[in-house]
Amino acid sequence: MRFPYSETVLEHFRHPRNVGKIEDADGKAIEGSPACGDMVSVYIKVDPKANTISDIKFESYGCASNIATGSIITELAKGKTLDEAKKITWKQASEALGGLPKIKAHCSVLAVEGLRSAIENYEERYGLVKEKKPTTVEIVRQRLKKVMNPMTGLSLARANLVRNIEVKDGTVRVVIDLPPDHQFAPTIKEEIIDKIEPLWDVKEVTVEFTE
Amino acid sequence: MLNRPIYLDNAAATRLDEQVLEAMKPYFFDIYAVATSEFGYSQGIEAQEALGRARGVLASNLGASPEEFIFTSGSTESSNIALKGVALALGKKKGKHIIVSKIEDFPVLHSARALEKQGFQVTYLDVDGDGFVDLDRLRDSITDETILASIQHANQEIGTIQEIESIGHICREKGVIFHTDATHTFTRVTLDVKKIPVDLITVSAHTIHGPKGIGGLYIRQGTQIAKWVDGGFQEFDLRAGLENIPGAIGFAKAVELVTEEENERFRAMRNRIIDRILTEIPNTTLNGHRWKRLPQNANITFHFVEGESVTLHLDMRGFAVNTGSACFSRSLEGSHVIFGMGGDHERAHGSIRFTFGRYNIMEDVDAVVQALAEVVQELRSISPLGKEK
Repeated sequence: MRFPYSETVLEHFRHPRNVGKIEDADGKAIEGSPACGDMVSVYIKVDPKANTISDIKFESYGCASNIATGSIITELAKGKTLDEAKKITWKQASEALGGLPKIKAHCSVLAVEGLRSAIENYEERYGLVKEKKPTTVEIVRQRLKKVMNPMTGLSLARANLVRNIEVKDGTVRVVIDLPPDHQFAPTIKEEIIDKIEPLWDVKEVTVEFTE
Repeated sequence: MLNRPIYLDNAAATRLDEQVLEAMKPYFFDIYAVATSEFGYSQGIEAQEALGRARGVLASNLGASPEEFIFTSGSTESSNIALKGVALALGKKKGKHIIVSKIEDFPVLHSARALEKQGFQVTYLDVDGDGFVDLDRLRDSITDETILASIQHANQEIGTIQEIESIGHICREKGVIFHTDATHTFTRVTLDVKKIPVDLITVSAHTIHGPKGIGGLYIRQGTQIAKWVDGGFQEFDLRAGLENIPGAIGFAKAVELVTEEENERFRAMRNRIIDRILTEIPNTTLNGHRWKRLPQNANITFHFVEGESVTLHLDMRGFAVNTGSACFSRSLEGSHVIFGMGGDHERAHGSIRFTFGRYNIMEDVDAVVQALAEVVQELRSISPLGKEK
């Protein structure tokens, strides 16, 4: 038998560690989206005294490398301080797995980003963001890079679908160049709100579609 | 664990039948000469005669005469010759418009794209939710400039069989050459050129337990097509190159070994796998038409899971299947067929194709359904999707 992955990847794929949801999570993040490819959810519990990750769980809708990376990052992050955990890279995850095919980087990097986003989510929710940079159009644009159009699998930014972004007094207005009756308009709207709302100074997010 | 691997990817390649190998052997060791003219030496004449007999078998299966059938290196080359040969013959004389469906296999689709870069206009016809080309759309898209329509007989992934007779009549009425890629229907679904107005047909041995590297193209007498592979005068001066005589003999033998009973057996396996999965595994959707589909093909989307994960789990249990998921493909693009019939990434992401061959038995169906039920449940248990209920 000749399988396409290392023994360690296969082991984590077959028996993923720390699978599931944490209902009362201190931080959580969803990277990717169901309609356009792989997706990972990461949940963390934080020990506020030690500032460490006391528990972590993940869920994956994805390929073998996505599942294995989700599994390994939970092992790598557990017990680490938030700052340490944030610094875990795709390369470290890949090395811990005995190597991942380069072509699979994009699906496995989601889990690494998921961990970082879950920590950021915790910091944003608990007002722990160290340098409170005010939200700018550029920051919103960066976040929209992670929202995909399910029809094409391309991010809204890459597909040039972001018509306009306005940021004013805690209100963010995003205009998307798709008709309001587009079959994925509600999904896209929901995802945009999910990505923008946690920003510390954002009070309201409105998403509009072009006629 | 299974006591033998179960191979369910027969649309991609098939195991050679021993009888095919036996038929080919003499043409490697005894009669290996080039096929000569009737004035050549005896081994060459024998080679020529054997090639002629093989051609006769292939042609008569399609209801054609032998001089209407040329051997090629496989379906990719056949479709290249069909599209580019017609383009070369008629591009300057008649027009530069070609029609293909959106769900064609890559030899047709990418030949069309290559011609587009050479200044041809290509219409990519939409298909409906079952994968059928809309006949009115086809009729409406034909112009005075249209030289060729290339619409597959059945789809390589979802198995839907097109209304080929009606398509042929529309093309005939409008004076457009009609090519069909019959790679997956050949010997499985009847195609008789005396009854169906089709001008060019792509076929291949690799899908019917014949050798790899041999295929053919039916060319209706009088069809305007230019030579695309230049060299010697082989294959009625339409395709140059030393004839692959063992391949041609093997191809003919493979055709002779297919029986209607076998196709019935495939149909029974197909029906059982579809019925069992759709009733026993929740959140599953059939891709392609329920009945108007290849006897050997089933394609099902398992929602909330990703196809490469399913194929890897099955592989570890000894099953070989295929998926339309982007993660499985070399290009990292999801199935253009599923997108073409209006499906989204999610539909392609969890789609699994099962294709049966001579060496599958009914027990294989039950074994794979059992394994799938477990694998899909396992993957769904770690998936964030589908848990709302």
